[in-house]
Amino acid sequence: MNAASAIPTVELNRNRADEGGPVRIAVKRLNFYYGSFHGLKDVNLNFHDRQVTALIGPSGCGKSTLLRCFNRIYSLYPEQRAEGEILLDGENILSPSIDLNELRSRIGMVFQKPTPFPMSIYDNVAFGLRLYEKLPKSELDGRIEASLRKAALWDEVKDKLKQQGTGLSGGQQQRLCIARTVAQRPEVILFDEPTSALDPISTGRIEELIEQLRDEFTIVIVTHNMQQAARISQFTAFMYLGQLIEFGPTNRMFMNPTERRTQDYITGRFG
Amino acid sequence: MPALTESIALGRTRSATARKAPSRSLDTLFRTSSYAAALLVLLVLAGILGSILYGGWPAFREFGFGFLTSSAWNVGTEQYGALVAVIGTVASAFLALLIGVPVSLGIAVYLTQLCPGWARKPVAMTIELLAAVPSIIYGMWGLFVFAPLFARYIQIPVSNVVEGMPIVGTLFYARVPSGVGVFTAGIILAIMIVPFIASIARDMLDQIPTVLRESAYGIGCTTWEVVRHVLVPQASVSIIGAIMLGLGRALGETMAVTFVVGNANRLSASIFDPSSTIASRIANEFNEADGLQLNALMALGCILFVITFVVLIIARLLTRRVQAA
Repeated sequence: MNAASAIPTVELNRNRADEGGPVRIAVKRLNFYYGSFHGLKDVNLNFHDRQVTALIGPSGCGKSTLLRCFNRIYSLYPEQRAEGEILLDGENILSPSIDLNELRSRIGMVFQKPTPFPMSIYDNVAFGLRLYEKLPKSELDGRIEASLRKAALWDEVKDKLKQQGTGLSGGQQQRLCIARTVAQRPEVILFDEPTSALDPISTGRIEELIEQLRDEFTIVIVTHNMQQAARISQFTAFMYLGQLIEFGPTNRMFMNPTERRTQDYITGRFG
Repeated sequence: MPALTESIALGRTRSATARKAPSRSLDTLFRTSSYAAALLVLLVLAGILGSILYGGWPAFREFGFGFLTSSAWNVGTEQYGALVAVIGTVASAFLALLIGVPVSLGIAVYLTQLCPGWARKPVAMTIELLAAVPSIIYGMWGLFVFAPLFARYIQIPVSNVVEGMPIVGTLFYARVPSGVGVFTAGIILAIMIVPFIASIARDMLDQIPTVLRESAYGIGCTTWEVVRHVLVPQASVSIIGAIMLGLGRALGETMAVTFVVGNANRLSASIFDPSSTIASRIANEFNEADGLQLNALMALGCILFVITFVVLIIARLLTRRVQAA
C-alpha cells in the first residue's frame, strides 16, 4: 500500500462515518471512449481493500466498461480508450508503461459465461500459475488443490483432474474459472455478471464463494441482480448513462439512498 | 358494435375458404426425389470405383502385390510398378503440408488476432483470390518462372554445400539441378492449399467466443500463449479437418504437379530430384496408353483412391480422438 496515494482517499472517507478499510483502487476522473461514443463520464470512485463492491445500473450504464478498465482488457480493441487515472496501490494502471500481462496476473477476472480452456481440469488451474511462477511439481499440486478448495470444487473433481474442463456442468465450470483466477493469487478479482448464465443453486454457491473470497481479495462485481448486490456486497455503486450517480455502503444504498434515481432504480421504477 | 361485425366477418371468411387437406402425393414425390438425389451420389461413387477397379484389375492380376513394391515402369518390356509414383505423391503432399500448414495458421492467426480492422478485408480477399487461380497457371508459373530461379538460387548452392555429407547430402543433393522435382512440386502445392486451410482456419478462429479469448488474455497470457494454448486447441478439430481437406487436394492435384515434378520414373532419396506422382503419371500417359499400360494406369488410379480414403479415415479418427479427449 502506497501511503502517499492513500492519504487523500482516506480523508475523503472520513466524511462518511460508516465506511471502512483502506482504499485499494482509486478511480480518478475516468473517461472512457468507444470510438467517438463517450462511455464513462468523469467517474471518481474508491474500492476498499478486502471488501465486495457491487456495480449496479441498467444495461449500457457503463458498469461493465468500468470493470474492463481495471485489467485493461479493453486494450485488445484499438478503438477503445480510457483517460484519467486508476490507481492500484498508488500506481496508475492506465499508464502506457504498465506491463499488461503482469497487470492481468494481478487482477483476475471472471466472466458472464464460464470459460474453461480446452485442457484438463488440472491444467486449467495450472495454466495461469505456470505463466508467472516456476514451481516444483509437489508445490504446484498443492497450490492447485488449495485453489480448487477455495473455489469449493475440490471434492467434486479430485478424482477426475485429468478430464477435460469442458465436461463439467455450467456451475462447476464457473467455479473452475474462479479456481483458475484464485490460483494466481491476484490482488483484485473482477466478476462480470458471474451468475447470469447459471441456475439458482449454482448462483447460490458462487455467492457464498464470493463472500469467503472477501477475506483475501478485493472484489468488484457487476450484477443485474439487485438482491445479489444486497446479499454479497459491502459497498454499492449505482451508475447511469456512463456516470456514477451514487456510491456508499450497501445497507445505506438500499435502505436510504440519497439520490432519487438510485431509489427509482432499486425499487424497479426504471431500468 | 365492432366486435360483432368482426366475428361475422371472420365467420364468413372461414366458410368461404374451405379447409384443404395438404396434398399427400406431392409430399411423397418430394421425399422420393430427395432420397433419389442422395442415392445418386452413392451410385456415381460406386460406378467410378467399380470401373477403375475393373480397368485396373488385369494389372493387379499380372503383377500381384509386386505392383505396389516395384519401381519399374517400362512400356517396352511391359513391366509396371507403382512405387515411384506412390512415393512421389505422398512425399510431395507431405512437403506441401509441411510448408503450407504453418503459413496457413500464421495467416489465420494474423487475420483474426493481430490484423488492424482496415487491413482485414484486403488481406482476406487476396487469399481467397489465390484459391481462384486455375491450377494450370500455377503449373506454368512454376515451370517457367519459379523452377529456373529455384535451381539457380537454392538447388545449386545447397547441393554444393551438402555434397558428401551424410543424410542431408542425399536428401538435398540435386544430380541435375533443373529446378523441377518433388520439392518444387511440394512448394507449388503448398501455395495451392494455403488459401483453403487459411480461410477455414480463419472462420473457425473467428467463431471462438470473445469471452474465451478475453479470459485467456485476462489471466495474463501473451498473444502467443493465447493462440497456442487456448485458441488453436479450441479450434483443433476443425483445423485438422481443414488440413486434411488440403491434403486431399494436394494428393490429387494433377495439372500444376505434372508441370513441375519432372516426370521421371526413378527412385531417388533426394527431394531435389525429379520424380512423378500418380496423378502426373496418369495425365502424361493416358493419351497413348493401351493394353496393359492402360490397365496399370487404372490400377494407379485405384491406389490414389485408396490413399485418399485412408487420409479421410485418419482425419475422422483424429477428429474423433480430439473430440473425445
